[in-house]
Amino acid sequence: MTDTTWDPSRPILEIENLSISFFTRLREIPAVMDFSCTVMPGEAMGLVGESGCGKSTVALAVMRDLGKNGRIVGGKIRFKGRDLTTMGDEELRHIRGSEIAMIYQEPMASLNPAMKVGAQLAEVPMIHQGMSKADAWALARQIVADVRLPDPDRIINSYPHQLSGGQQQRIVIAMALMSKPALLILDEPTTALDVTVEAGIVDLVKDLGHKYGTSMLFISHNLGLVMDVCDRLCVMYSGEAVETGNVVQVFDKMRHPYTQALFRSIPLPGADKNARPLVAIPGNFPLPHERPPGCNFGPRCDYFEKGRCDAHDIEMEDVPEGDRHQTRCLKWQEVDWDAPIAARVAKEKARIGKVVLKMEDLRKYYSVSGSAFGGGMKKVVKANETLSFEAREGETLAIVGESGCGKSTFAKVLMGLETATSGSIMLFDENVQSTPITKRNVDTVSAVQMVFQNPFDTLNPSMTVGRQIIRALEIFKQGKSDAERHARMLELLDLVKLPRAFADRMPRQLSGGQKQRVGIARAFAGGAKVVVADEPVSALDVSVQAAVTDLLMDIQRENGTTLLFISHDLSIVRYLSDRVMVMYLGHVVEMGTTDQVFQPPYHPYTEALLSAVPIADTHVERKRIVLEGDIPSAVNPPPGCPFQTRCRWKSQVPGGLCDREMPPMRDLGGGHQIKCHLAADILARMEPVIKIAAE
Amino acid sequence: METLSWFQIIAAMAGRFLPVWLALVVTFGLSISFRRRLGLYGKLFDSPVGMVGFGIVMFWVFTAIFANWIITMDPLAQFSGSKNAVPGSALRAPVDGGYTHLLLGADHVARDVFSRMVMGSRVVLQIAPAATVFAFMVGITLGLPAGYFGGKLDTGLSFLANLVLAFPVILLFYLLVTPEIVQTGIPMWFAAVLFVFPIIFFVILFNSRFFTNPARRNLYVGVVLVLGLWAYSGLAFNLDPLGVWSMDPNLLNVFVSVVFVNAPGTFRIVRGMVMDIKTRDYVAAGQTRGEGPWYIMLWEILPNARGPLIVDFCLRIGYTTILLGTLGFFGLGVSPESPDWGSTIDDGRKLLSIVPHPALAPALALMSLVLGLNLLADGLREESLKD
Amino acid sequence: MLLFILRRLGVMFLTAFALTFIVFSLTNLQPNLEKLAKSEASVRMTDDQVVSWIANNGYDTPMLSRYAQWLGVLPGWVKTMEDGEVRGRCIAKGADPAAAPRYCGLVQGDWGSSTVFKKPVSEVLGRSLGQTGWLMLTVMLVMVPTALMLGVLSGMREGSRTDRVLSTFAIVTTATPEYVSGVIFIALFASATAGLSPLLADWGWISGKTLFMGTATSAMDDITFWNFALPVMTIALYGIGYIARMTRASMTEVMTAQYIRTARLKGVGFTQVVLKHALRNALIAPFTVIMLQFPWLLNGVVIVETLFNYKGFGWTLVQAATNNDIEMLLGCSVVAVFVVLVTQLISDVGYVFLNPRIRLA
Repeated sequence: MTDTTWDPSRPILEIENLSISFFTRLREIPAVMDFSCTVMPGEAMGLVGESGCGKSTVALAVMRDLGKNGRIVGGKIRFKGRDLTTMGDEELRHIRGSEIAMIYQEPMASLNPAMKVGAQLAEVPMIHQGMSKADAWALARQIVADVRLPDPDRIINSYPHQLSGGQQQRIVIAMALMSKPALLILDEPTTALDVTVEAGIVDLVKDLGHKYGTSMLFISHNLGLVMDVCDRLCVMYSGEAVETGNVVQVFDKMRHPYTQALFRSIPLPGADKNARPLVAIPGNFPLPHERPPGCNFGPRCDYFEKGRCDAHDIEMEDVPEGDRHQTRCLKWQEVDWDAPIAARVAKEKARIGKVVLKMEDLRKYYSVSGSAFGGGMKKVVKANETLSFEAREGETLAIVGESGCGKSTFAKVLMGLETATSGSIMLFDENVQSTPITKRNVDTVSAVQMVFQNPFDTLNPSMTVGRQIIRALEIFKQGKSDAERHARMLELLDLVKLPRAFADRMPRQLSGGQKQRVGIARAFAGGAKVVVADEPVSALDVSVQAAVTDLLMDIQRENGTTLLFISHDLSIVRYLSDRVMVMYLGHVVEMGTTDQVFQPPYHPYTEALLSAVPIADTHVERKRIVLEGDIPSAVNPPPGCPFQTRCRWKSQVPGGLCDREMPPMRDLGGGHQIKCHLAADILARMEPVIKIAAE
Repeated sequence: METLSWFQIIAAMAGRFLPVWLALVVTFGLSISFRRRLGLYGKLFDSPVGMVGFGIVMFWVFTAIFANWIITMDPLAQFSGSKNAVPGSALRAPVDGGYTHLLLGADHVARDVFSRMVMGSRVVLQIAPAATVFAFMVGITLGLPAGYFGGKLDTGLSFLANLVLAFPVILLFYLLVTPEIVQTGIPMWFAAVLFVFPIIFFVILFNSRFFTNPARRNLYVGVVLVLGLWAYSGLAFNLDPLGVWSMDPNLLNVFVSVVFVNAPGTFRIVRGMVMDIKTRDYVAAGQTRGEGPWYIMLWEILPNARGPLIVDFCLRIGYTTILLGTLGFFGLGVSPESPDWGSTIDDGRKLLSIVPHPALAPALALMSLVLGLNLLADGLREESLKD
Repeated sequence: MLLFILRRLGVMFLTAFALTFIVFSLTNLQPNLEKLAKSEASVRMTDDQVVSWIANNGYDTPMLSRYAQWLGVLPGWVKTMEDGEVRGRCIAKGADPAAAPRYCGLVQGDWGSSTVFKKPVSEVLGRSLGQTGWLMLTVMLVMVPTALMLGVLSGMREGSRTDRVLSTFAIVTTATPEYVSGVIFIALFASATAGLSPLLADWGWISGKTLFMGTATSAMDDITFWNFALPVMTIALYGIGYIARMTRASMTEVMTAQYIRTARLKGVGFTQVVLKHALRNALIAPFTVIMLQFPWLLNGVVIVETLFNYKGFGWTLVQAATNNDIEMLLGCSVVAVFVVLVTQLISDVGYVFLNPRIRLA
C-alpha cells in the first residue's frame, strides 16, 4: 500500500509548528506548543521528556486520537506528504493500523480480554487488505513466530491474560507489524516491564525496524533506552521541543540547559554519592496553565537572565556544524558547555557503625489456593528462602531484583506486617522474627520505618500533610503537647526541605516528589534507625529522582540511619549503596560490596541484569546479554537452581547439576557471596559487562 | 362559586408554595456565589443534572419544613359533599377566612388531596433520611471489619447480609410490619440491636483517634455515650426519663424494618470499598507505624470511600422512599390516617379507573422526589470523578 | 468448577433453611396464631376458646418440632380430642387416622394445606406460579432486549445527544416504582374519565370505554394485548431503567478502555469496534445485574398483581400474608427464596463463563 505520489527520499513524517490544547470547562490548557520534527524513512526518532511534557500527546495527535477534549489548534502533521490534520475519518481509518501503527505502554490493557490473540492479530489484514480469514490467521501465526514467541500455535489460540507481560507486549508489537506499516509509534513500550524482559523487547524492536525498514517514533522518559534504540532524538520540556538532533551529538554536545541538567541528574557510571553527587534540577515542573513567560525552563535554569529569557517566546535555532541539530535557547552560544559543575560539593562519607539488623536463615512461605473458585490443591509460594545478611548503622544496603523476587515480602516481614515462617530477625539484639507489629513496642516500631514506592498512594488523600506527620508523632509518643508536636512537625518539613506552609495543604496539591518528601518526613518522625525504602524514586521523574535520593542520603549522613534500599534500577543502586544484595525468585543469588557486585565475577543473573540496564552515556560500552523467556512464577519455581531456565552459563556446569541441585552460597572472599555452581576458574574468566571507553 | 380552570389551579398552587420558592432562591443564590469554597457540594453547581436534582430534592425538603404554611386545609378533615371532587372544585361550605377551593380535588372520603400531598412530604422526609442514616451506621460498622479483616468474620457477616438480601422485601414487610408483631415486642429488640450501632461507631471513632490523648478521648467518648444512651433509651425502649426521645410503636416498627432491609446493601458496598482501599500504601504506612485496625478503618479508609458512599446515600434515600411507599401501598404504613404518599396511593387505587386524581397527585410527588435524588446522585458521581 | 457449584448449592440450602425458619417462627408467634384462630373459627372467641383452638390444631407444641414436622423430618403430631376424635397433622379431616402417613412434610412432597384457599398449598402454588410465569416471561422478553439496546446505544458515545435523551429516560423510569407507574398508566390509558381513553372514545377510534383494560383478571384465561400490556409495561419499565443504566455504565467504561483505542487505532470502523470489541466485554456486568433483578421483579410482581388483580404468585402471597396462612406463606417463601438463590447461582456461574479472564485463571 505505497502511495505513488510520495517520494521515498522525502521525510515520512513531518510535524510543523504543531500546537495542541485540551479544553476543560474552566480553561484551555495548551499541551503542546509549536512542536516540529521530521522523521526520515527507516529512521528511529526518540521523543524524550518527563511526564506531562506532552510527548504522548504528540504521538496521539499523529494518530489523530486526542479524545473529546483535545484539539489540534495549529500546525500540520504530514505523513508521506499528506496532511493528517485535515484528513477525513474514513481516510484516517485506512492509514491507522496499516501505515501507521502504535505500541502502547500497558500491554495487558491494550489487548481485548475477551478475544483470542489470533483474532485480534488477524483483524488487521482482514480490514486493510481484505485478506481471507484463513490467510490472516496464517499470517498472524507467522508474525507471532517473528516476534520470537515460543509455540506460536498455542499463543494465537490463547486469551491475553494467559500470557505474561513480556509475551503480551510482543503480541502488541506483532499486531503493529501485521500490515508492515511505514511508521511505528512506540509509547513507553517497556515501562511496565521488568528490565531483563525490557532488554529483549528493545532488541526485538531494533531488529524488526531494520528488517522491515520501518520508521519509528519512540517515546520514552529513559535516556538510556533512547540511546539504545534511536538515531535521532527530540528533548521536550513542558509542551515544547527544546533540543533536537542526532543522538550522539545531543548526548555529547548538548546545547540546551535542560538537556544538560537532565544528564547531570541521572546516575551514570562514575557518579558517586560522596565524591561526585548528582545535581538535581531545582524547582518543579510548571503546570500547563502556570507556564512562565518566555523560556519555560527559565525559572529552573542556571543560566537564566532576567529581562531576556522571560521577555518573549523563543524560537528553535539551528546549531551550525550539527546534523539538523536545533536548540530553543537564546544563550546557547554564550554558555560554556564544557565547564565543570560548580554546584558539585563532595560530601563526607557516612560513618559505618555496629550491626543493627541481622537476619539469619529467614524463610517466608505463603499458601495460596489453586483455582479461582477456592477449590483445588493448596500451593505453597516460597517468597523468601534462606535469607541471611546483616546491616550496619549508617550503611546503605541495596536489595535488587525484578518482580516476584521476594523483595517486597522481605520488607513486610521486617516491618512486622507478616511473620516469618522460620529464621530469626535480630533488631538491636532483640529478636523480632515472630512478633507482629501490633505486639511490638513503640520504640521498635518507630525505629524501623518505611518509605513507599508510589507517591500518589503513600499519603492519605483526605488528611492534610501536617496532620499526617503529627499523627505519626502522636503514635510514636513524641512531644508532650499538641504545640510541641506541631513545632516538631514543622522541623520535619524543614528536614525534607519543604516549605512550612505545606503543613496545611492536602496531598493532591503536592507534586509526586513533594509527596515522597512528606513520606520521608513521616518515616523519620520517630527518629527511625532503620528505614526500608521500597523503590522510593522509581515512580518519580528523572529530574526529581536525584533530589529525593540526595535527601535520603543527607538524612542518613546526619542520623546514621541504616537504609535498606529496594530497587530494580541498578544505576541508582550503584550510585548510592554501600553493599548490594541481588535476589531472584526468593533467593539471594549474590551479595557483596557495590564494587564486588558490579565487577566480575558475577552471578549469571547479575551479569544479565547489569547488561539489561540502558545507560545514557555514549562512552560506555555494554555487552548485550538478552535473557530468554520470562521470570518463572514463584508458585511454580523450576527445580534446582532458580535461575537455570534462563542462564546462559548453564552449559558450563557439568552433569546437569543446575537442573537438580540448589547451588550453595559460596564466599569468594571479602564478604562477596554468590549462589552458583560455576567453577571458580570460569567465574574468574568473566569479563566486565560495562566498559567505559577512554575519552 | 366556580370550579377553577387548570391554569388557575396551577397559579394557585405556585402561590401556595411561595415560601419554598423563596427558600430555594436563597439557597441557590448563596451556594452558587460561594461554590468554589464548598468542596464537593459546591462543585454540584457545575453540573446541570446535579443542580436540577438538588433543586427538586430541596423543593420537597422546604415543602416539608413549611408544610404548615402551604396547606390549604386540614389534611385529616373531611368536607361533606366533596367526595371525589375534581381538582379545582369549590368547597360546598367554606369556613370563614379559610381556603375556598380544593386545589387538587378530594379523595373518596372527601379530604383535600393537595394538603394531604404536602403533609405527606413531611412523613416521607422524616423517615427516609433518618432510616438511611441508621442503615449506613450499621452497614459501615459491620462492613469495615468484614472487608478489612476478611476471613471467617467476613464469611459470616456476608452470609447474614446475603440472607437478608435474599428475602423478598414484601414478604419480609408482611411478616414484620403487622400489629401482631408490635405486640410481641420484636421491633423493640430489633431497635435495641440496630440503634446501638451509631453509639458503637462514634465511640470507636473517637477512641481510635484520641487514645494518645486520654483527656480529650474521655471528653468525646463521654459526650457520645451520654447523648447516645439517652437517645437510645428513649427511641428503642421508650424509657427516656426526660421524655424528649420517643417513637410511636408503629412508626418504630416501620423504621426498624426499613433500616433492617437497607443495612445489608450498605454493608456490601462498604466491604467492597474497604477491600479495594486497604491495598493502598497509606494504609500500609499506618500499619507500619503500629496503628490499631480501627484507626486505619475509620480514619484512613473510610474518609477515602466517602465519594461513592455519598452517592449511594442519595440513591438509598430514594430507594427507602420507594420502600416506604410500597409499605403504604400494601396498607402496612405508619398509620391508616397518615397522609404519607404510599398510603394515599393505596387509598386512591380502588377507584383508580374512575377518579384517578387522588392517587395521581401523591404518585407524581413520590416520583419527582426519587427522581430528584437520583439526579442528585448522578451529579455528585459525575463531579466527584472529575477530581 | 464442580466444587464451586456444590459449595454454592450448600450455601443455598443453608440460606433456604435459615429463611424458612425465620418465616416459620414469625408466622407462629403467639399473636399471629391468635389472629389465625379468630379468622379461622370465629372473630368473637373468648381468650380461652382461642387457647383451646390453638391446642386442638397442634399449634401448642414447641416451635422447633413443628418446623421439623413441616420439613418432614419428624413425624406429624397426633392428638386425641376430648370427644375421642383423633386429629393429626397428617390426618385429613374425616379420614381414617390409621391409614394416614406418619410423616408429611416438604421431604415427602407434602406442602401442607392453605387455610385461606382451603386447598393444598402445592395446588394453589402451582396454579399461581403458572400465571406468574407468563407474566414474568413476557416482562423479560420486553425488558431485557429493550434495556440492553438502550444501554448500549447511550453508552457507546458518552455525552452525545442520544446518550442524554436515553439516560434521562432511564433515570426517570428508575425513579418510578411500579405502584406509581401502574397508577399513571391506568389513569392515562385505562380510565374512562381521564387520560387518552375519553378522547379516543369521543373520536370513535375505540369501541369500548377505555383503550387498555384496567385489570388483568381476564388475562388469566386468555392473554390479549389489551389486558396484558399495562401490567407487563408496569413491571418492565422499572427494570428497563435500571438495567439500561448498568449497561450504559459498563459500556462507557469499556469504550474508554485501552483496548478499544487499540482497535480504533488499528483502523477498525466504529460499528465494528462496538459490535466486535466492546459489546461482549460490556455485557458481562449487566448480565449479573439482570439475574439479580429477579428478586426485585418478584417485588414488582406482587405490586402489579395486586394493582391489576391478576391472581398469580404475588396476589397469592398477599392473600396468604394478610390472613396469616402459615403453610401457604411458607410455601411462597420457599419458592421466592429458591428463585432468588437459583438466579444468584446462575449469575455467578454465567459470569465466570462470560468472562474468559476468570474462567481460565
